[in-house]
Amino acid sequence: MMDGRVNASRTSLERDIWALLSQVPDPEIPVLDVVALGIIRYVHVQQDPAAPQARSIHVGVSPTYTGCPATEVIHAAIRGKLAAAGHANVHVDTVLFPPWSSEWLTGEARARLSEYGIAPPARARSLRHGCAEPAVRCPRCASTQTQRVSEFGSTPCKASYRCLACREPFEYFKCI
Amino acid sequence: MSPYAAHADAGNSKRPQAAASNPATGTRCSSLPDDPRFGYALHLGDNALVLAQRLGEWVGHAPELEEDLAFANIALDLIGQTRYLFSYAAELEGKGRSEDDLAFRRDPHEFMNLNLVEQPNQDFGHTIVRQFLFDTWQLELFERLQASCETRLAELAAKALKETRYHWRFSAGWLVRLGDGTQESHRRVQDALDILWRFTHEFFTPGDVDRAATHARFAPDVATLRAPWLARVEPALQEATLIRPADVTHAWHGKQGRHSEHLGHLLAGMQYLQRTYPGAQW
Repeated sequence: MMDGRVNASRTSLERDIWALLSQVPDPEIPVLDVVALGIIRYVHVQQDPAAPQARSIHVGVSPTYTGCPATEVIHAAIRGKLAAAGHANVHVDTVLFPPWSSEWLTGEARARLSEYGIAPPARARSLRHGCAEPAVRCPRCASTQTQRVSEFGSTPCKASYRCLACREPFEYFKCI
Repeated sequence: MSPYAAHADAGNSKRPQAAASNPATGTRCSSLPDDPRFGYALHLGDNALVLAQRLGEWVGHAPELEEDLAFANIALDLIGQTRYLFSYAAELEGKGRSEDDLAFRRDPHEFMNLNLVEQPNQDFGHTIVRQFLFDTWQLELFERLQASCETRLAELAAKALKETRYHWRFSAGWLVRLGDGTQESHRRVQDALDILWRFTHEFFTPGDVDRAATHARFAPDVATLRAPWLARVEPALQEATLIRPADVTHAWHGKQGRHSEHLGHLLAGMQYLQRTYPGAQW
């Protein structure tokens, strides 16, 4: 499923592009970059051996939520980043299937979220059965005495929680 | 520009682009005269768009900030679905219309949404009941549509299903809290249920778009959704201590483009800018 992320099969140019993409922050949760968020599905370079200058770069990106307004900002940021590094002819493709899952956040992304004050998503039980609703750990005081205030939050990917121990409100990155 | 307009599976071999068959299930579409996919995509997109517009009317007015956010978030998901479906419909049509043209430059009789979703907002409980009835229907439909032989519809259904499960948890949760809440909240949701139940008949009554889709075998027969829909609705009503209203077999024809006057008012507000300043951008 994570075919595009297997290092061994990448060319050095593709590796460079992946490295550049990992410098593109999510506009709403800037501690996450788009690679750590798990939304970059592939990087393909199409090169004509006869005309090395005529290559094109395709970056496959999955939206986290269909209506997430950050999607277009992310696409523009990817084009901007690659253009600034001298890559022309960049195409950003929307990849809907398989649908993005919070399971695709990297371990580092989960740690960064927690440090930033957002509780990382629960692990899904299975694709079929979706997410368990475990006790969410407060990112401030680490108590699991927490309560969901709303399934929804300030962005489509987050829900609102409060901690009953330290009394602080916090956000939870939804398991989807 | 739509993020979906350039939907290119370039190099992504997970699902073949030209597929008239779904490799996951081995189901195949039959030949497609007159492309029934266009009307079907519009029908699904219109449901999502009109309901999103209704939910959007709550922004700034919901009883609690959290519910305000919830309606806005659900509306956003629905608009995301609409954009995908309209971009797809526009591609199928191939006449140069954009997703925006389909949203803002069609008249009420060209909309094929269910009558339920255009019903005007009343109180919070009424909106919850409308949402619950619709979410449950969408869950049942999309669970089947994700196995469609039509790749683009299957992909959308698989994606939207994740969001719809969230919506359903929200609307079913509130249905129970209000129904099994105070006398006043109970009375209000029971009233809403009594008013809105009649519109659910249209969910399961095939319109032309459904018949064409079923004939081409890329969508389930809506009549078969009724039993599983009820199996999900009834336990929730029971837990909410609500009484299931008598079925009204009045034929609503939203899917045929016949609407209540409410849709005209909704579209007048929604389309005002593009009608007055065609092509305006910011």
